[in-house]
Amino acid sequence: MAELLPKDPAPADDAAEAEPRPRRKRKPIGWSMIVIGVLVAVSATLVWRRDGIDGVLEILTHDLTLFGGILPRVFAGCLLGAFIAEILPHEKVSRSLGPNSGLKGLLIGTAFGAILPGGPFTAYPVASALLTVGADFGATIAMVVSWTLIGYGRAVAWELPILGPDFTLWRIVISLPIPVLAGALGRFVYVRMYSKGAP
Amino acid sequence: MSVSTLIIDVTLWGSVLVLGFIAFRRGRVVLTSSLREGTMDFINIVPRIALGVLGSGYIAAVIPPEVITGWLGPDSGWLGVLTAVIAGAATPGGPVVGFSIGAVALKVGGGPPQVIAYVIAWALFAFQRLILWEIPFMPARFVWFRAAVSVPFPFLAAAIAMAIGRP
Repeated sequence: MAELLPKDPAPADDAAEAEPRPRRKRKPIGWSMIVIGVLVAVSATLVWRRDGIDGVLEILTHDLTLFGGILPRVFAGCLLGAFIAEILPHEKVSRSLGPNSGLKGLLIGTAFGAILPGGPFTAYPVASALLTVGADFGATIAMVVSWTLIGYGRAVAWELPILGPDFTLWRIVISLPIPVLAGALGRFVYVRMYSKGAP
Repeated sequence: MSVSTLIIDVTLWGSVLVLGFIAFRRGRVVLTSSLREGTMDFINIVPRIALGVLGSGYIAAVIPPEVITGWLGPDSGWLGVLTAVIAGAATPGGPVVGFSIGAVALKVGGGPPQVIAYVIAWALFAFQRLILWEIPFMPARFVWFRAAVSVPFPFLAAAIAMAIGRP
């Protein structure tokens, strides 16, 4: 049944599989982006007042190089997110990562975040895709927090060489319970905040 | 290009290829529609990332690292944990900056529980990462909710570090 084209309305054994795929809504420019824009404008002005136009241009050229470097990865991340949203069966994701998935859902989210390869350009599009196909805030929080705290990528590449094995290992051991706890807290708060009908 | 960025790119594009192949096996329609979705997401996200990347350089330039290190100061109690958490949230820049500040703090006599709190706060809700990465990719409501829910955990981690006397 998984072989069915997801947008094909043909009858399926699993009725939920036949419902139309959730389309990710493109985000409008929200107040968050506006606040960021204002923050950037203020900071750029401060740099200009302090270092003159040369200071402004120096940062701009450096950041443009950085931007060019990460663009292909951002594209790869967007493709990953789109494939996941398209491939993963909505029904199964809601069952194993949805609001009623319990501790198991939080543990799956944590495990997924811990093994996810790549950087922020993979973690956030994938997390966003999971939200689209039926994961709840709790499991997605567990995944994002796990990726950032116990994911091996950053720890091996940066933390280990800079802070040393002793600190890094204890930091990770102490962090182990946090993704599940954060996911549980998120679920707890979410249900109470948005209990009047699904937002 | 360093080895670690090469490994990142290989795993990243490798995953894209594997998932793309799975999508192709489900049918051409699945493949083309997910390619279209991914491309549209990318086009939609580029301006946001541009604002974040180009802007965060300026934000970082007005918050010198010395200020952050000052907040990771000598206070070894809960006040020290609190300032460490604030410092973690305020730290701009990539992983090198955050971990290096932690390493400097350890060297100049910062308490390990405070540095643990700093590193975890920085990992969980450094404002620059929220702005640069999370907000462009994820629903803003989720991002702020997740950051708010994460606030207690650097304190919990510091408490655990104090209780077990490690690292």
